[in-house]
Amino acid sequence: MANGQPDLDLSPKISDEIRQTTCYMCACRCGINVHMKAGADGKKKVAYIEGNRDHPVNKGVLCAKGSAGIMQVNAPSRLRAPLKRVGPRGSGEFEEISWDEALQIATDWLAPLRAEAPEKLAFFTGRDQSQSFTSLWAQSFGTPNYAAHGGFCSVNMAAAGIYTMGGAFWEFGQPDWDRTKLFLLFGVAEDHDSNPIKMGIGKIKERGARMIGINPIRSGYNAVADDWLGITPGTDGLLILSLIHCLMKAGRIDLDYLARFTNASCLVNEDPDSPQNGLLLRDEEGEPQVIDRRTGKLAPWNGAGVEPDLSATWRHKGVTHRPVLHHMADRYLSDDYAPEAVADRCGIPARRIRAVAGEIARVAFDEAITLDREWTDFRGVTHKTMVGRPVSMHAMRGISAHSNGFQTCRALHMLQILIGSVETPGGMRFKPPYPKPATAHPKPHCKVTPGAPLDGPHLGYPHGPDDLCLTDDGRPARIDKAFSWENPMSAHGLMHMVISNAHAGDPYRIDTLFMYMANMSWNSSMNTSGTMKMLTDTDENGEYVIPRIIYSDAYSSEMVAYADLILPDTTYLERHDCISLLDRPICEADAVADAIRWPVVEPDRDVRGFQSMLCDLGARLGLPGFVNDDGSQKYADYADYITNHIRRPGIGPLAGWRMGETGLQDGRGNPNEGQIDSYIANGGFWMSHVPGEAAFYKPFNTAYQDWAVKMGFYDSPQPYIFQLWSEPMRRFQLAAEGEGVRQPPDHLRARIAATMDPLPIWYAPMSEALEDDGAYPVHALTQRPMAMYHSWGTQNAWLRQIHGHNPLYLPTKIWEANGFAEGDWARVTSPHGKITVPVAHMAALNEDTVWTWNAIGKRKGAWALDDDAPEATKGFLLNHLIHELLPPKGDGMRWSNSDPITGQAAWFDLRVKIEKAPAPAEAKPALPPIKSPVGRGPRSLAWKVGS
Amino acid sequence: MTQLPPPSSVKLGLVIDLDTCVGCHACVVSCKGWNTENYGAPLADEDPYGADPVGTFLNRVHSYEIQPDEGAAQLVHFPKSCLHCEDAPCVTVCPTGASYKRAEDGIVLVNESDCIGCGLCAWACPYGAREMDVAEKVMKKCTLCVDRIYNENLPEEDRVPACVRTCPAGARHFGDLGDPDSDVSQLVAERGGLDLMPEQGTKPVNKYLPPRPRDKAPEYDILAPYLEPVTDTPKGFVGWLDRALSALPGGE
Repeated sequence: MANGQPDLDLSPKISDEIRQTTCYMCACRCGINVHMKAGADGKKKVAYIEGNRDHPVNKGVLCAKGSAGIMQVNAPSRLRAPLKRVGPRGSGEFEEISWDEALQIATDWLAPLRAEAPEKLAFFTGRDQSQSFTSLWAQSFGTPNYAAHGGFCSVNMAAAGIYTMGGAFWEFGQPDWDRTKLFLLFGVAEDHDSNPIKMGIGKIKERGARMIGINPIRSGYNAVADDWLGITPGTDGLLILSLIHCLMKAGRIDLDYLARFTNASCLVNEDPDSPQNGLLLRDEEGEPQVIDRRTGKLAPWNGAGVEPDLSATWRHKGVTHRPVLHHMADRYLSDDYAPEAVADRCGIPARRIRAVAGEIARVAFDEAITLDREWTDFRGVTHKTMVGRPVSMHAMRGISAHSNGFQTCRALHMLQILIGSVETPGGMRFKPPYPKPATAHPKPHCKVTPGAPLDGPHLGYPHGPDDLCLTDDGRPARIDKAFSWENPMSAHGLMHMVISNAHAGDPYRIDTLFMYMANMSWNSSMNTSGTMKMLTDTDENGEYVIPRIIYSDAYSSEMVAYADLILPDTTYLERHDCISLLDRPICEADAVADAIRWPVVEPDRDVRGFQSMLCDLGARLGLPGFVNDDGSQKYADYADYITNHIRRPGIGPLAGWRMGETGLQDGRGNPNEGQIDSYIANGGFWMSHVPGEAAFYKPFNTAYQDWAVKMGFYDSPQPYIFQLWSEPMRRFQLAAEGEGVRQPPDHLRARIAATMDPLPIWYAPMSEALEDDGAYPVHALTQRPMAMYHSWGTQNAWLRQIHGHNPLYLPTKIWEANGFAEGDWARVTSPHGKITVPVAHMAALNEDTVWTWNAIGKRKGAWALDDDAPEATKGFLLNHLIHELLPPKGDGMRWSNSDPITGQAAWFDLRVKIEKAPAPAEAKPALPPIKSPVGRGPRSLAWKVGS
Repeated sequence: MTQLPPPSSVKLGLVIDLDTCVGCHACVVSCKGWNTENYGAPLADEDPYGADPVGTFLNRVHSYEIQPDEGAAQLVHFPKSCLHCEDAPCVTVCPTGASYKRAEDGIVLVNESDCIGCGLCAWACPYGAREMDVAEKVMKKCTLCVDRIYNENLPEEDRVPACVRTCPAGARHFGDLGDPDSDVSQLVAERGGLDLMPEQGTKPVNKYLPPRPRDKAPEYDILAPYLEPVTDTPKGFVGWLDRALSALPGGE
C-alpha cells in the first residue's frame, strides 16, 4: 500500500482472445472486437465487446446496442430447438422436434407447391441482410412472392435515389463529413444509419460547421442541430420545393453542373400528338438529345466533346421542344411554392424558409471548395479541378414513410443536384458499388413455371408499363401486388400487405407463408390486432385461411406463436454471414468494402443459422443452384455458399481474396477455399480504396468507371447523367392518359396521372382526403431510440433498463388544452382504432404532433419477459391505430395505405385525436398472454466470465 | 472518516461536450460491459427481465428540456458519472477508508474489500454518482477505467476509459486537467468548460462544455442578397439563363 492506498493491478489481462466479426445489433454493421475469456467450465465465452478501430464503418466506436450484444448471446428468449405447433395458432403451445422432423415437414409442405403452383409459397424476410442469398433461393423455388422489409421501411428513399441519381443515403451515399460546411438533416431522428451519422455530426461540430435539423421532434440528432425546423409531418416535400423555388428564382443554381451532368439539358418531346409526348427526344440509337453549344445542333447527351445547352430549344414541325430546365422553371417559379404560400401548411415561418434557402445559396456558391485534382468525364472532357458545393443533406424514414414520400425524396435529390452538391467535394458522396442508375439494375420478374425457377430476379426497377408484374388478364401477379398499377415502382415489394392480401385472397390465396425475422403479429405490421385475427382466422371448414405458416427467428418474438413450424436461428455471434457487394454493402465514399460474420461462439442450443438451414432445405427440395448434378446437397452450409457460389463469372458473394491466375486478387476471381480465413485474419472485413482521381463525380468520371469495372461492380463502363426528369414515371403517366397497349384499370387512371409526375411534386398524404380534418387534427409518429434502433433485441437486459417505458409525448399546446398532468393517460383515436396510453409532456415538438418510441411495447409471454414487465403493461404500439388499407371509399376496393408509386407503407400519415382518459390498470388494448416457448429469464444477473 | 491526500498535480478526468452529445447511451453500456467484467464485483442486474429491473450503472445519460424565453424548446443530453472531485465529500465521509482519492492522479475509487455498504458516501455525493451494487452490496462508482488507462496489455491508443473509446460522436474527452497545456485543458479554456454545481464546493475535476447557442441562424435580412430574384417569371428565367450561360467558360 502506497500512501495508505491499496495496491491495484493496473495492467490486468484483457482477455484470452479477441475474435473480430460484424455486429448485428442493428443494420449498421459495425466491426467488433469480441473479447473471449475462459469461463469456469474452461470454455471460452464472450466477456466484452468493443468497436474495431480498423473497420471502415465505425472506426472503433460502438453504440449502446453493440456493447449490449453480450446480453443477446445469453438472452433467455433465445429459441432452443425446432418447434411444432400443438395448440391453436396464437396460443404459443408447441412441442420441440428434431431438425430432421422439422425439415421433413417443411419439405412435405413445400415440394408439392413447387411442383404444381410455386406462387402458393410467399417467402418474405424481415430485418435480414442476406437478400442476395434468400432471393436466389426464392427464385430457384419459382415463386414470384418474395421480398424483404424495404417496403415497410424506406423504399421511397432508396428507390427515389436510384431513379433520380443512382443511389440515396446510408448504404448508397453519405455526406462528405470531412469537408461539408452546412448539413441539413431531414426526417432522421435517431435512425439510419447509426454510428456513421454520430461520427459525422461529431466531425461537423469539431470543425465548427453548421447543422440544420428538419423534424417534427427535437430529440437525438435534432437536439444537437444548430437550428431546428419543427416541420409538420408529411410536408417536407413542400418545404423542399419552396427552397428550390427560392434558389431558382435567385439563379443560385449550378448551371455548368446541370448542363453537363443532369438531364436538365435534355430536350422534352412537346408534341401533343406524339405517343412519346413528355418523354425525352431521342436519336435513332435511342439516346436522349441535347443542343450542343458548339454547333447549336442536336447531339446525343453522351457524344464526345458535346457541350449540352441548358437553354436552347429545338423547333420541329411547328413544335418547340424545350430542355428540362425550362419545364422546371415553369413549375417551380410558380408562386404556389413561394415560402409565404407553404409556411402555414409546413408549420414554418416564411422568413425561416427564406433564411435556410439563403444560407444554402451562400454556402454553396460563396464557400465553394476547389480541389486541385484533374479528372476526365465520359465525354472525354478533362477538368483541371474538382469544384464542390459544401452543402450536404441526409434523410430517411421521416420523409419517406408517407404516401407522398417518393416524390418528396425525389424533390430532396433535385435540391441537392440543383446546387451541384452530389458527388462533389463537401456534398453528398456515393459509396461503391454505388452510384448505379435504375437502368443498370434488373427489372422485376414474375413468370412462374411449376417445377422450375422464376424467370429472373423478383425485385428490380421498372421503366414503364411493360415491366409491371401482371398476369395475362392484367391482374397483379404478386401476392403483395408489387409492380402492379396500384404501385408500379415498388422496388422492394410490400411486405406489409402480404398477410392482409393472403387473408383476403386478393389477388389470390396462398398455401404457405414463410417468414424470417419479421415480427408481423406485432410491431412490424400495421393493424396489429387485425393481423393477429387474419393469422388465426378459419374458413367454413375450420381450416386456417392462411393454411400454413413457417417462421424462423432467433428469439421468442410475438410472431412465434402465430406459426405452425418454427425453425430456430442462431444469434449473430454464432453464425456465418456475408455483408456482400451483391446485397447491402458497408462501403465508404473512399473505399469499397465487404465483411463477414463467423461463429465466435458455437450455439449451445439445437439451432441452425437460417441461411445454412436454407442450403439444406433447398437441397431437399431439389432447387437448382442448391443441388449438384447428382442431386446431392451443393452447399454444406452458408459458409460453403459464401465461399463457392458464383453469381457471374469471377463474381461471388465476397470480393476480397479471390483466386486469380497468379495468386490472390480483389474484386474478380475464382473461389478461394481459404477466403473466410483471410477475412477472419483481417478483422472480419475487406476494403480497397477508390483511387484519388476517381473519388468524386463517380457517375461521370472515366477513372471511376474503369475502376468499377476492374472491381466487378459492372462489366463495362456505365456513365450516366442524373434524371431530374423521370422518364419511367412519365411512361406510367402516358399510359394513364390512354397511350399504349398495357393500360391501367380505370379506377387508377386519375391517381396515376396525378402522382406519377416526371418532375417532383407535392400532394397531401392520401388518407387526408378520406378523413374528417377536424376529427383527427393531430399527427402521430414513432421513432426508435438510438439505443434500440433497428435492433432485434429490445428485450436486452441492459437496454431495457434504458428504454423500458414509452409514454406518448404531447406538445405543450395539446398538453395544456386538455389539462394533462404528470402520470395522466390519454385515449388516442384514429379513423381505425383506439388505444389508451400513458402520456408525458415534451415542449420541443411540432405543436400538432405527438409521438412515442416504437416497439418498446411487448405482448405478455413474448421475449421471455415477465407478464408484469412494463413493456407489457404500460408499453404500447401505435400500430393498432394504423390500418394497412385506406378508409373505404365506397367503391368496394381495398386501397393500400401506401405510397401510390412505390407501395411504401405510409406509417407517418397517421392522424389522431387525443382525449384525457381515466388511468386503466394497463395500456389498452390489453391482449391476453401467449404461452412462452422458452420460459422466463433469471431473477438476477451478474455476467462476469473471467475469475 | 477518511482523509483526502494532498492535491495531486495530475488530475485525470473527463471533459464532456454537451454541444455534441446526441444522447445515444453508447457510453452507458460500454461502461456497463467493461466494469461488469473488470474492476471489482460485476455490475449486477436484479429482475433483469421482470417488472422492475434494477441494475448498477456507473454512468447514466439524462435528458433535460430547456424552454428559453424566446424561440423553440431545446433538449440537452447530459451524461453523468463520478466527477472525481478534488474535495470529494464521498471520501471524507467514508467510515472505513474504503472510499479514497488516489494521490498520484486524483481518481476516486472504492476499495471494495473494505466497503461495508453503509451508503454514507452516496448520501454525501451531491451528484448522485454512486450506486450500491444490488447483489454484492458494495458501493460502485466510475473508476475512470483505472484498469485501462495504465494497462500495458492494451495498445496505447486504447488506454482511455471505455466510455471515451466508444463515444460515436466524439463528445467525451479524457486527460489531465491538472496540466494547463493538455488537450483537455485547452478544450475547456476554448469552450468555456464548466464545473457541475460549483456552489457545492467539491471542485469537480470533470468539466462540461456547454451547448453552443441554438436557433441563432443568420437572420433572413442578412441573407436576403443571396436570394435577390433574377426573375419573376419562367420567361424571365430563360432570359437570365441565356445571359448566365454566356458568362460561363465556352459561352459567347
